[in-house]
Amino acid sequence: MTEFLELTEAIQRHVTPGCSVAAEGFTHLIPHAAGAEIIRQDIRHLTLIRMTPDIIFDQLIGMGCADKLVFSWGGNPGVGSLFRLRDAYENGVPHDMEFEEHAHAGMANAYAAGAAGMPCAFFKGYRGTQYPEVNPKIRFIQCPFTGEELTVIPAHRPDVAIIHAQRADRQGNIWMTGILGAQKEAVLAAKRSIVTVEEIVDSVDESSGGTVVPRWAVDVVCEAPLGAFPSYAEGFYDRSNFFYQKWGEVSREYDRFREWMENYLMASEDFTHYLARLKEDGYV
Amino acid sequence: MSDFDQAYSPEEMMVVAASRLLEPDDVVFIGIGLPSKAANLARKTHAPELSMIYESGTLDTKPTVLPLSIGDPELSRTAKALVSVPEMFNYWLQGGWIRTGFLGAAQIDRFGNLNSTVIGDYRKPKVRLPGAGGAPEIASFCHRTLVLLRQNPRTFVEKLDFMTTVGMLDGGGSRKDLKVPGNGPQAVITDLGILEPDAESGELVLTHLHPGVSVEAAIESTSWPLKVAEKLVETVEPSEEELAILRSLVPTEKSNVAELIPSTADLE
Repeated sequence: MTEFLELTEAIQRHVTPGCSVAAEGFTHLIPHAAGAEIIRQDIRHLTLIRMTPDIIFDQLIGMGCADKLVFSWGGNPGVGSLFRLRDAYENGVPHDMEFEEHAHAGMANAYAAGAAGMPCAFFKGYRGTQYPEVNPKIRFIQCPFTGEELTVIPAHRPDVAIIHAQRADRQGNIWMTGILGAQKEAVLAAKRSIVTVEEIVDSVDESSGGTVVPRWAVDVVCEAPLGAFPSYAEGFYDRSNFFYQKWGEVSREYDRFREWMENYLMASEDFTHYLARLKEDGYV
Repeated sequence: MSDFDQAYSPEEMMVVAASRLLEPDDVVFIGIGLPSKAANLARKTHAPELSMIYESGTLDTKPTVLPLSIGDPELSRTAKALVSVPEMFNYWLQGGWIRTGFLGAAQIDRFGNLNSTVIGDYRKPKVRLPGAGGAPEIASFCHRTLVLLRQNPRTFVEKLDFMTTVGMLDGGGSRKDLKVPGNGPQAVITDLGILEPDAESGELVLTHLHPGVSVEAAIESTSWPLKVAEKLVETVEPSEEELAILRSLVPTEKSNVAELIPSTADLE
Protein backbone atom coordinates (compact mmCIF):
# COMPACT_ATOMS: atom_id res chain seq x y z
CA MET A 1 0.00 0.00 0.00
CA THR A 2 1.29 3.46 -0.87
CA GLU A 3 2.11 5.65 2.09
CA PHE A 4 1.80 9.42 1.94
CA LEU A 5 4.60 10.94 4.00
CA GLU A 6 6.33 14.25 4.53
CA LEU A 7 9.59 14.22 2.57
CA THR A 8 11.61 14.47 5.80
CA GLU A 9 10.07 11.30 7.21
CA ALA A 10 10.24 9.42 3.90
CA ILE A 11 13.97 10.02 3.60
CA GLN A 12 14.62 9.26 7.27
CA ARG A 13 12.81 5.94 7.11
CA HIS A 14 13.88 4.69 3.70
CA VAL A 15 17.32 6.14 2.92
CA THR A 16 19.47 4.53 5.60
CA PRO A 17 23.25 4.94 5.99
CA GLY A 18 25.13 2.61 3.64
CA CYS A 19 22.21 1.83 1.33
CA SER A 20 22.18 2.11 -2.47
CA VAL A 21 20.05 4.89 -3.93
CA ALA A 22 19.06 5.25 -7.58
CA ALA A 23 17.74 8.73 -8.38
CA GLU A 24 16.57 8.93 -11.97
CA GLY A 25 15.14 11.61 -14.25
CA PHE A 26 16.98 12.26 -17.52
CA THR A 27 17.51 16.05 -17.48
CA HIS A 28 13.76 16.30 -16.80
CA LEU A 29 12.13 15.62 -13.38
CA ILE A 30 15.38 15.21 -11.44
CA PRO A 31 14.42 14.65 -7.77
CA HIS A 32 16.43 17.54 -6.33
CA ALA A 33 14.21 18.14 -3.27
CA ALA A 34 14.81 14.55 -2.15
CA GLY A 35 18.56 14.90 -2.74
CA ALA A 36 18.61 18.09 -0.65
CA GLU A 37 16.77 16.29 2.16
CA ILE A 38 19.37 13.48 2.20
CA ILE A 39 22.07 16.14 2.55
CA ARG A 40 20.17 17.93 5.33
CA GLN A 41 19.89 14.67 7.27
CA ASP A 42 23.60 13.99 6.64
CA ILE A 43 22.99 10.37 5.60
CA ARG A 44 26.36 8.88 4.69
CA HIS A 45 28.15 5.93 3.07
CA LEU A 46 25.61 5.81 0.25
CA THR A 47 26.07 4.11 -3.11
CA LEU A 48 24.61 6.64 -5.55
CA ILE A 49 23.30 5.37 -8.88
CA ARG A 50 22.33 7.71 -11.71
CA MET A 51 23.00 7.90 -15.46
CA THR A 52 23.88 11.60 -15.32
CA PRO A 53 24.98 12.61 -11.78
CA ASP A 54 23.97 16.23 -12.48
CA ILE A 55 23.87 18.88 -9.73
CA ILE A 56 21.88 16.58 -7.40
CA PHE A 57 24.79 14.12 -7.02
CA ASP A 58 27.47 16.82 -7.29
CA GLN A 59 25.97 18.27 -4.09
CA LEU A 60 25.70 14.88 -2.37
CA ILE A 61 29.29 13.97 -3.29
CA GLY A 62 30.67 17.34 -2.21
CA MET A 63 28.86 17.10 1.14
CA GLY A 64 30.44 13.70 1.79
CA CYS A 65 27.29 11.54 1.60
CA ALA A 66 28.60 9.08 -1.02
CA ASP A 67 31.07 6.20 -0.75
CA LYS A 68 30.44 5.01 -4.29
CA LEU A 69 29.08 6.43 -7.55
CA VAL A 70 27.61 4.34 -10.39
CA PHE A 71 27.18 6.54 -13.48
CA SER A 72 27.52 6.96 -17.24
CA TRP A 73 28.00 10.70 -17.95
CA GLY A 74 29.32 13.05 -15.29
CA GLY A 75 29.17 16.55 -16.72
CA ASN A 76 27.12 19.71 -16.23
CA PRO A 77 25.02 19.48 -19.42
CA GLY A 78 25.95 22.17 -21.93
CA VAL A 79 28.07 23.98 -19.31
CA GLY A 80 31.12 21.82 -18.55
CA SER A 81 32.39 20.02 -15.47
CA LEU A 82 30.69 18.80 -12.33
CA PHE A 83 33.48 20.11 -10.12
CA ARG A 84 32.60 18.23 -6.92
CA LEU A 85 32.53 14.92 -8.82
CA ARG A 86 35.84 15.80 -10.47
CA ASP A 87 37.44 16.82 -7.18
CA ALA A 88 36.36 13.54 -5.58
CA TYR A 89 37.67 11.53 -8.53
CA GLU A 90 40.91 13.46 -9.09
CA ASN A 91 41.85 14.44 -5.52
CA GLY A 92 39.72 12.38 -3.12
CA VAL A 93 37.90 15.50 -1.84
CA PRO A 94 36.16 15.32 0.63
CA HIS A 95 37.13 11.63 0.77
CA ASP A 96 38.13 8.76 -1.53
CA MET A 97 35.24 7.15 -3.35
CA GLU A 98 34.70 4.11 -5.50
CA PHE A 99 33.55 4.77 -9.07
CA GLU A 100 31.71 2.25 -11.24
CA GLU A 101 31.56 3.64 -14.74
CA HIS A 102 29.25 2.68 -17.57
CA ALA A 103 27.98 4.10 -20.86
CA HIS A 104 24.31 5.14 -21.14
CA ALA A 105 23.36 1.95 -22.99
CA GLY A 106 24.81 -0.13 -20.14
CA MET A 107 23.02 1.83 -17.41
CA ALA A 108 19.69 1.79 -19.28
CA ASN A 109 19.95 -1.96 -19.83
CA ALA A 110 20.94 -2.63 -16.20
CA TYR A 111 17.80 -0.82 -15.00
CA ALA A 112 15.60 -2.58 -17.54
CA ALA A 113 17.01 -5.96 -16.46
CA GLY A 114 16.34 -5.11 -12.83
CA ALA A 115 12.77 -4.14 -13.68
CA ALA A 116 12.31 -7.41 -15.57
CA GLY A 117 13.59 -9.53 -12.69
CA MET A 118 16.65 -10.63 -14.67
CA PRO A 119 20.04 -11.22 -13.00
CA CYS A 120 21.80 -9.48 -15.86
CA ALA A 121 21.26 -7.51 -19.04
CA PHE A 122 22.57 -8.57 -22.42
CA PHE A 123 23.09 -6.22 -25.33
CA LYS A 124 25.78 -5.22 -27.85
CA GLY A 125 27.53 -2.30 -26.13
CA TYR A 126 31.14 -1.37 -25.30
CA ARG A 127 32.67 -3.27 -28.22
CA GLY A 128 36.32 -2.33 -28.70
CA THR A 129 36.30 0.22 -25.87
CA GLN A 130 38.47 0.19 -22.73
CA TYR A 131 35.47 0.10 -20.37
CA PRO A 132 35.64 -3.68 -19.80
CA GLU A 133 39.25 -3.16 -18.54
CA VAL A 134 38.19 -0.69 -15.85
CA ASN A 135 34.77 -2.11 -14.93
CA PRO A 136 34.95 -5.87 -14.21
CA LYS A 137 31.14 -6.05 -14.31
CA ILE A 138 31.22 -5.63 -18.10
CA ARG A 139 31.66 -9.15 -19.50
CA PHE A 140 30.94 -11.06 -22.68
CA ILE A 141 29.05 -14.27 -23.43
CA GLN A 142 28.26 -16.18 -26.57
CA CYS A 143 24.70 -16.27 -27.91
CA PRO A 144 23.69 -19.99 -27.78
CA PHE A 145 21.69 -19.64 -31.00
CA THR A 146 23.88 -17.56 -33.30
CA GLY A 147 27.31 -17.73 -31.67
CA GLU A 148 27.49 -13.95 -31.65
CA GLU A 149 29.41 -12.39 -28.77
CA LEU A 150 27.09 -10.37 -26.50
CA THR A 151 27.83 -7.91 -23.71
CA VAL A 152 26.46 -8.71 -20.24
CA ILE A 153 26.31 -6.60 -17.10
CA PRO A 154 24.55 -7.31 -13.80
CA ALA A 155 21.07 -5.83 -13.29
CA HIS A 156 20.73 -2.75 -11.10
CA ARG A 157 18.83 -3.68 -7.92
CA PRO A 158 19.04 -0.55 -5.77
CA ASP A 159 17.75 -0.56 -2.19
CA VAL A 160 15.79 2.62 -2.92
CA ALA A 161 14.71 4.38 -6.11
CA ILE A 162 13.73 8.04 -5.95
CA ILE A 163 11.98 9.81 -8.80
CA HIS A 164 10.01 13.02 -9.23
CA ALA A 165 6.71 13.16 -11.16
CA GLN A 166 4.13 15.77 -12.05
CA ARG A 167 1.19 14.23 -10.18
CA ALA A 168 -0.08 11.47 -7.94
CA ASP A 169 -3.71 10.79 -7.11
CA ARG A 170 -4.87 10.06 -3.55
CA GLN A 171 -4.36 6.34 -4.09
CA GLY A 172 -0.74 6.89 -5.15
CA ASN A 173 -1.00 6.32 -8.90
CA ILE A 174 1.85 8.22 -10.53
CA TRP A 175 1.22 10.36 -13.59
CA MET A 176 4.11 11.68 -15.67
CA THR A 177 4.52 13.26 -19.07
CA GLY A 178 7.45 14.54 -21.14
CA ILE A 179 10.91 12.94 -21.12
CA LEU A 180 10.69 9.85 -18.90
CA GLY A 181 14.31 8.65 -18.99
CA ALA A 182 14.73 5.42 -17.06
CA GLN A 183 12.46 6.40 -14.17
CA LYS A 184 9.91 3.62 -14.44
CA GLU A 185 12.70 1.05 -14.80
CA ALA A 186 14.50 2.41 -11.71
CA VAL A 187 11.31 2.19 -9.60
CA LEU A 188 10.54 -1.36 -10.73
CA ALA A 189 14.17 -2.48 -10.24
CA ALA A 190 14.40 -1.14 -6.68
CA LYS A 191 13.47 -2.88 -3.43
CA ARG A 192 11.49 0.22 -2.37
CA SER A 193 10.57 3.50 -4.01
CA ILE A 194 9.92 7.11 -3.10
CA VAL A 195 8.10 9.33 -5.59
CA THR A 196 8.03 13.08 -5.00
CA VAL A 197 5.34 14.95 -6.96
CA GLU A 198 4.45 18.50 -7.87
CA GLU A 199 0.90 17.96 -6.66
CA ILE A 200 -1.43 15.37 -5.20
CA VAL A 201 -4.84 15.46 -6.88
CA ASP A 202 -8.17 13.66 -6.45
CA SER A 203 -7.75 11.83 -9.72
CA VAL A 204 -5.15 11.90 -12.48
CA ASP A 205 -5.99 12.11 -16.16
CA GLU A 206 -6.72 8.49 -17.02
CA SER A 207 -7.49 9.05 -20.69
CA SER A 208 -5.07 7.02 -22.82
CA GLY A 209 -3.77 5.24 -19.71
CA GLY A 210 -2.06 8.33 -18.35
CA THR A 211 -0.75 6.59 -15.23
CA VAL A 212 2.90 5.67 -15.68
CA VAL A 213 3.36 3.74 -12.42
CA PRO A 214 0.28 2.28 -10.66
CA ARG A 215 -0.08 2.63 -6.89
CA TRP A 216 0.78 -0.99 -6.07
CA ALA A 217 4.28 -0.49 -7.47
CA VAL A 218 5.00 2.62 -5.36
CA ASP A 219 5.91 2.61 -1.65
CA VAL A 220 5.93 6.27 -0.70
CA VAL A 221 4.53 9.45 -2.24
CA CYS A 222 5.59 12.91 -1.00
CA GLU A 223 4.33 16.26 -2.17
CA ALA A 224 7.32 18.43 -3.16
CA PRO A 225 6.30 21.41 -5.28
CA LEU A 226 9.15 22.73 -7.47
CA GLY A 227 10.98 19.62 -6.28
CA ALA A 228 12.86 19.14 -9.55
CA PHE A 229 14.48 22.61 -9.54
CA PRO A 230 16.90 23.47 -11.22
CA SER A 231 15.71 20.68 -13.52
CA TYR A 232 12.13 21.02 -14.72
CA ALA A 233 8.64 19.56 -14.65
CA GLU A 234 6.93 19.70 -18.05
CA GLY A 235 3.65 21.58 -17.75
CA PHE A 236 4.69 23.17 -14.44
CA TYR A 237 7.99 25.03 -14.88
CA ASP A 238 11.02 25.29 -17.17
CA ARG A 239 14.58 24.16 -16.61
CA SER A 240 16.69 26.88 -15.00
CA ASN A 241 19.56 26.94 -17.48
CA PHE A 242 20.68 30.05 -15.58
CA PHE A 243 21.20 28.07 -12.36
CA TYR A 244 23.06 25.29 -14.20
CA GLN A 245 25.44 27.97 -15.51
CA LYS A 246 25.75 29.58 -12.05
CA TRP A 247 26.51 26.17 -10.50
CA GLY A 248 29.86 26.14 -12.28
CA GLU A 249 30.99 29.20 -10.27
CA VAL A 250 29.49 28.03 -6.99
CA SER A 251 31.00 24.56 -7.10
CA ARG A 252 34.45 25.15 -8.61
CA GLU A 253 36.34 25.50 -5.30
CA TYR A 254 35.54 23.18 -2.38
CA ASP A 255 35.62 25.92 0.27
CA ARG A 256 33.24 28.19 -1.59
CA PHE A 257 30.92 25.25 -2.35
CA ARG A 258 30.87 24.23 1.31
CA GLU A 259 30.15 27.75 2.49
CA TRP A 260 27.40 28.14 -0.14
CA MET A 261 25.78 24.84 0.84
CA GLU A 262 25.87 25.74 4.56
CA ASN A 263 24.47 29.19 3.87
CA TYR A 264 21.70 28.21 1.45
CA LEU A 265 20.79 24.54 1.66
CA MET A 266 21.64 23.67 5.28
CA ALA A 267 20.43 26.93 6.83
CA SER A 268 17.06 26.87 5.06
CA GLU A 269 14.00 25.44 6.79
CA ASP A 270 12.93 23.34 3.81
CA PHE A 271 13.31 23.09 0.02
CA THR A 272 10.81 25.91 -0.69
CA HIS A 273 12.65 28.22 1.70
CA TYR A 274 15.97 27.26 0.03
CA LEU A 275 14.51 28.19 -3.38
CA ALA A 276 13.13 31.47 -2.04
CA ARG A 277 16.57 32.38 -0.71
CA LEU A 278 18.20 31.46 -4.03
CA LYS A 279 15.73 33.70 -5.81
CA GLU A 280 16.34 36.55 -3.38
CA ASP A 281 20.09 36.40 -4.01
CA GLY A 282 19.90 36.24 -7.81
CA TYR A 283 20.62 32.53 -8.41
CA VAL A 284 17.36 31.93 -10.30
CA MET B 1 43.50 38.87 -44.76
CA SER B 2 40.45 40.68 -46.15
CA ASP B 3 37.73 42.18 -43.99
CA PHE B 4 35.42 39.29 -44.80
CA ASP B 5 38.00 36.73 -43.57
CA GLN B 6 37.90 38.34 -40.16
CA ALA B 7 34.14 38.39 -40.13
CA TYR B 8 33.86 34.82 -38.79
CA SER B 9 35.75 32.82 -36.19
CA PRO B 10 37.51 29.45 -36.77
CA GLU B 11 34.85 27.86 -34.55
CA GLU B 12 32.07 29.30 -36.70
CA MET B 13 33.77 27.94 -39.83
CA MET B 14 33.99 24.52 -38.17
CA VAL B 15 30.32 24.44 -37.20
CA VAL B 16 29.18 25.65 -40.63
CA ALA B 17 31.39 23.09 -42.43
CA ALA B 18 29.98 20.33 -40.19
CA SER B 19 26.38 21.38 -40.72
CA ARG B 20 26.80 21.09 -44.51
CA LEU B 21 27.72 17.41 -44.16
CA LEU B 22 24.24 16.53 -42.92
CA GLU B 23 22.04 15.43 -45.78
CA PRO B 24 18.63 17.10 -46.30
CA ASP B 25 16.79 13.93 -45.24
CA ASP B 26 19.36 12.75 -42.68
CA VAL B 27 18.38 10.99 -39.45
CA VAL B 28 20.92 12.21 -36.92
CA PHE B 29 21.68 11.29 -33.31
CA ILE B 30 23.10 14.47 -31.81
CA GLY B 31 25.65 15.00 -29.04
CA ILE B 32 25.44 18.18 -26.97
CA GLY B 33 27.62 21.23 -27.65
CA LEU B 34 28.97 21.99 -31.11
CA PRO B 35 27.30 19.00 -32.85
CA SER B 36 23.96 20.26 -31.58
CA LYS B 37 24.72 23.74 -32.90
CA ALA B 38 25.71 22.35 -36.30
CA ALA B 39 22.61 20.15 -36.58
CA ASN B 40 20.29 23.01 -35.62
CA LEU B 41 22.01 25.20 -38.20
CA ALA B 42 21.53 22.52 -40.89
CA ARG B 43 17.82 22.25 -40.10
CA LYS B 44 17.44 26.02 -40.44
CA THR B 45 19.35 26.15 -43.75
CA HIS B 46 19.61 23.29 -46.26
CA ALA B 47 17.98 20.48 -44.29
CA PRO B 48 14.55 21.54 -43.04
CA GLU B 49 13.38 17.91 -43.04
CA LEU B 50 16.32 16.75 -40.88
CA SER B 51 15.26 14.19 -38.27
CA MET B 52 16.98 15.25 -35.08
CA ILE B 53 17.31 12.75 -32.27
CA TYR B 54 18.66 13.41 -28.78
CA GLU B 55 19.49 10.62 -26.36
CA SER B 56 16.93 11.81 -23.81
CA GLY B 57 14.36 10.04 -25.99
CA THR B 58 13.20 12.86 -28.27
CA LEU B 59 12.59 11.60 -31.83
CA ASP B 60 12.27 14.09 -34.68
CA THR B 61 12.47 17.15 -32.50
CA LYS B 62 12.31 20.66 -33.99
CA PRO B 63 13.64 23.12 -31.41
CA THR B 64 13.18 26.81 -32.19
CA VAL B 65 15.93 27.82 -29.74
CA LEU B 66 19.22 26.00 -29.13
CA PRO B 67 18.91 23.52 -26.24
CA LEU B 68 21.53 23.80 -23.46
CA SER B 69 21.14 20.14 -22.45
CA ILE B 70 20.09 17.05 -24.39
CA GLY B 71 16.77 17.06 -22.51
CA ASP B 72 15.65 20.70 -22.49
CA PRO B 73 11.88 21.29 -22.40
CA GLU B 74 12.19 22.79 -25.89
CA LEU B 75 13.19 19.34 -27.21
CA SER B 76 10.37 17.38 -25.60
CA ARG B 77 7.71 19.94 -26.54
CA THR B 78 8.66 19.91 -30.20
CA ALA B 79 9.32 16.15 -30.59
CA LYS B 80 7.22 13.88 -32.80
CA ALA B 81 7.67 11.08 -30.31
CA LEU B 82 9.07 10.67 -26.81
CA VAL B 83 10.52 7.31 -25.85
CA SER B 84 12.21 6.01 -22.70
CA VAL B 85 16.00 5.90 -22.54
CA PRO B 86 16.15 2.06 -22.61
CA GLU B 87 13.96 2.12 -25.74
CA MET B 88 16.11 4.86 -27.29
CA PHE B 89 19.32 2.88 -26.95
CA ASN B 90 17.96 -0.61 -27.60
CA TYR B 91 15.35 -0.27 -30.34
CA TRP B 92 16.25 2.89 -32.19
CA LEU B 93 20.04 2.98 -31.85
CA GLN B 94 21.14 -0.67 -31.45
CA GLY B 95 18.34 -1.69 -33.81
CA GLY B 96 20.11 0.19 -36.59
CA TRP B 97 17.49 2.83 -37.37
CA ILE B 98 19.72 5.89 -37.18
CA ARG B 99 21.83 6.97 -40.11
CA THR B 100 24.26 9.53 -38.73
CA GLY B 101 25.89 9.91 -35.32
CA PHE B 102 27.26 13.36 -34.56
CA LEU B 103 29.86 13.51 -31.78
CA GLY B 104 32.47 15.67 -30.12
CA ALA B 105 35.43 14.42 -28.03
CA ALA B 106 38.46 15.58 -26.03
CA GLN B 107 41.00 13.46 -27.95
CA ILE B 108 41.10 11.70 -31.31
CA ASP B 109 43.76 9.42 -32.82
CA ARG B 110 44.74 8.76 -36.45
CA PHE B 111 42.01 6.13 -36.83
CA GLY B 112 39.25 8.37 -35.53
CA ASN B 113 38.98 6.61 -32.16
CA LEU B 114 37.77 8.99 -29.44
CA ASN B 115 38.43 9.74 -25.78
CA SER B 116 35.93 11.63 -23.65
CA THR B 117 36.71 9.88 -20.34
CA VAL B 118 40.01 11.03 -18.79
CA ILE B 119 43.18 12.96 -19.57
CA GLY B 120 46.03 10.99 -18.02
CA ASP B 121 45.76 7.69 -16.17
CA TYR B 122 42.24 6.33 -15.67
CA ARG B 123 42.65 5.79 -11.91
CA LYS B 124 44.62 9.00 -11.24
CA PRO B 125 43.83 11.35 -14.12
CA LYS B 126 45.01 14.90 -14.65
CA VAL B 127 41.46 15.73 -15.76
CA ARG B 128 38.35 13.69 -15.16
CA LEU B 129 36.10 14.31 -18.20
CA PRO B 130 32.34 13.57 -18.22
CA GLY B 131 32.74 10.08 -19.73
CA ALA B 132 30.98 7.99 -22.33
CA GLY B 133 27.32 8.97 -22.25
CA GLY B 134 25.86 7.58 -25.45
CA ALA B 135 29.02 7.90 -27.55
CA PRO B 136 30.33 4.28 -27.76
CA GLU B 137 27.02 2.90 -28.99
CA ILE B 138 26.25 5.90 -31.22
CA ALA B 139 29.56 5.26 -33.02
CA SER B 140 28.88 1.51 -33.20
CA PHE B 141 25.32 1.49 -34.52
CA CYS B 142 24.78 4.64 -36.59
CA HIS B 143 25.55 3.96 -40.24
CA ARG B 144 28.17 6.72 -40.22
CA THR B 145 29.71 9.04 -37.67
CA LEU B 146 30.71 12.69 -37.98
CA VAL B 147 33.15 14.04 -35.40
CA LEU B 148 33.56 17.68 -34.52
CA LEU B 149 36.53 18.94 -32.45
CA ARG B 150 39.26 21.56 -32.42
CA GLN B 151 42.58 20.51 -33.91
CA ASN B 152 45.74 20.96 -31.85
CA PRO B 153 48.49 18.67 -30.52
CA ARG B 154 46.58 18.07 -27.27
CA THR B 155 43.41 16.90 -29.06
CA PHE B 156 44.97 15.15 -32.09
CA VAL B 157 47.13 12.64 -30.23
CA GLU B 158 49.44 9.75 -31.12
CA LYS B 159 47.79 7.56 -28.48
CA LEU B 160 44.48 8.12 -26.67
CA ASP B 161 44.63 8.27 -22.87
CA PHE B 162 41.46 6.13 -22.90
CA MET B 163 39.47 4.41 -25.66
CA THR B 164 35.93 5.62 -24.97
CA THR B 165 34.57 5.25 -28.49
CA VAL B 166 35.78 3.13 -31.39
CA GLY B 167 36.36 4.72 -34.78
CA MET B 168 38.39 2.60 -37.22
CA LEU B 169 40.09 0.86 -34.23
CA ASP B 170 43.57 -0.17 -35.53
CA GLY B 171 42.71 0.50 -39.16
CA GLY B 172 42.46 -2.00 -42.01
CA GLY B 173 39.67 -4.51 -41.33
CA SER B 174 39.95 -4.28 -37.52
CA ARG B 175 36.69 -2.39 -37.05
CA LYS B 176 34.80 -4.96 -39.13
CA ASP B 177 36.25 -7.74 -36.95
CA LEU B 178 34.50 -6.19 -33.95
CA LYS B 179 31.18 -7.00 -35.66
CA VAL B 180 29.78 -3.52 -35.20
CA PRO B 181 27.38 -2.71 -38.02
CA GLY B 182 28.11 1.00 -38.60
CA ASN B 183 30.78 2.19 -41.00
CA GLY B 184 32.50 4.39 -38.43
CA PRO B 185 33.75 7.96 -38.79
CA GLN B 186 33.26 9.35 -42.29
CA ALA B 187 34.50 12.88 -41.58
CA VAL B 188 36.27 14.76 -38.80
CA ILE B 189 35.53 18.46 -38.96
CA THR B 190 37.94 20.78 -37.16
CA ASP B 191 38.66 24.50 -36.90
CA LEU B 192 41.38 24.00 -39.57
CA GLY B 193 39.79 21.68 -42.11
CA ILE B 194 38.18 18.28 -42.71
CA LEU B 195 39.77 14.83 -42.42
CA GLU B 196 38.35 11.66 -43.95
CA PRO B 197 39.43 8.05 -43.45
CA ASP B 198 41.40 6.36 -46.24
CA ALA B 199 39.22 3.67 -47.83
CA GLU B 200 41.90 0.96 -47.37
CA SER B 201 43.88 1.78 -44.24
CA GLY B 202 41.16 3.67 -42.35
CA GLU B 203 43.70 6.34 -41.39
CA LEU B 204 42.46 9.93 -41.35
CA VAL B 205 43.64 12.03 -44.31
CA LEU B 206 43.38 15.81 -44.50
CA THR B 207 41.08 16.46 -47.48
CA HIS B 208 39.80 20.02 -46.92
CA LEU B 209 41.37 23.18 -45.54
CA HIS B 210 39.34 26.15 -44.36
CA PRO B 211 40.12 29.51 -46.03
CA GLY B 212 43.32 31.09 -44.76
CA VAL B 213 44.63 27.90 -43.08
CA SER B 214 47.95 26.45 -44.29
CA VAL B 215 48.80 22.76 -44.66
CA GLU B 216 51.74 23.40 -42.33
CA ALA B 217 49.38 24.67 -39.62
CA ALA B 218 47.29 21.49 -39.90
CA ILE B 219 50.41 19.29 -39.75
CA GLU B 220 51.80 21.17 -36.75
CA SER B 221 48.48 20.83 -34.97
CA THR B 222 48.55 17.05 -35.25
CA SER B 223 50.70 14.82 -33.01
CA TRP B 224 51.01 12.03 -35.56
CA PRO B 225 52.54 12.50 -39.07
CA LEU B 226 49.41 13.77 -40.80
CA LYS B 227 48.59 12.38 -44.25
CA VAL B 228 47.46 15.02 -46.73
CA ALA B 229 45.32 14.37 -49.82
CA GLU B 230 46.93 15.05 -53.19
CA LYS B 231 44.11 17.40 -54.09
CA LEU B 232 43.19 19.55 -51.13
CA VAL B 233 39.84 21.28 -51.37
CA GLU B 234 39.32 24.73 -49.87
CA THR B 235 36.14 24.91 -47.78
CA VAL B 236 33.61 27.47 -48.94
CA GLU B 237 33.40 30.34 -46.47
CA PRO B 238 30.27 30.67 -44.34
CA SER B 239 27.56 32.61 -46.16
CA GLU B 240 26.00 35.64 -44.53
CA GLU B 241 22.83 33.60 -44.02
CA GLU B 242 24.69 30.74 -42.34
CA LEU B 243 26.50 33.14 -40.04
CA ALA B 244 23.36 35.07 -39.15
CA ILE B 245 21.47 31.89 -38.26
CA LEU B 246 24.42 30.40 -36.39
CA ARG B 247 24.76 33.53 -34.26
CA SER B 248 21.07 33.46 -33.45
CA LEU B 249 21.45 29.96 -32.01
CA VAL B 250 21.89 30.73 -28.33
CA PRO B 251 20.53 28.64 -25.45
CA THR B 252 17.74 30.36 -23.59
CA GLU B 253 18.24 31.53 -20.02
CA LYS B 254 14.54 32.28 -19.79
CA SER B 255 12.57 30.15 -17.39
CA ASN B 256 9.21 30.74 -15.74
CA VAL B 257 10.40 29.07 -12.53
CA ALA B 258 11.42 32.34 -10.87
CA GLU B 259 7.80 33.53 -11.02
CA LEU B 260 6.65 30.37 -9.25
CA ILE B 261 9.15 30.47 -6.38
CA PRO B 262 7.73 32.43 -3.43
CA SER B 263 9.72 35.29 -1.95
CA THR B 264 11.16 34.80 1.54
CA ALA B 265 8.73 37.46 2.82
CA ASP B 266 5.77 35.36 1.61
CA LEU B 267 6.99 32.43 3.66
CA GLU B 268 7.05 34.27 6.98
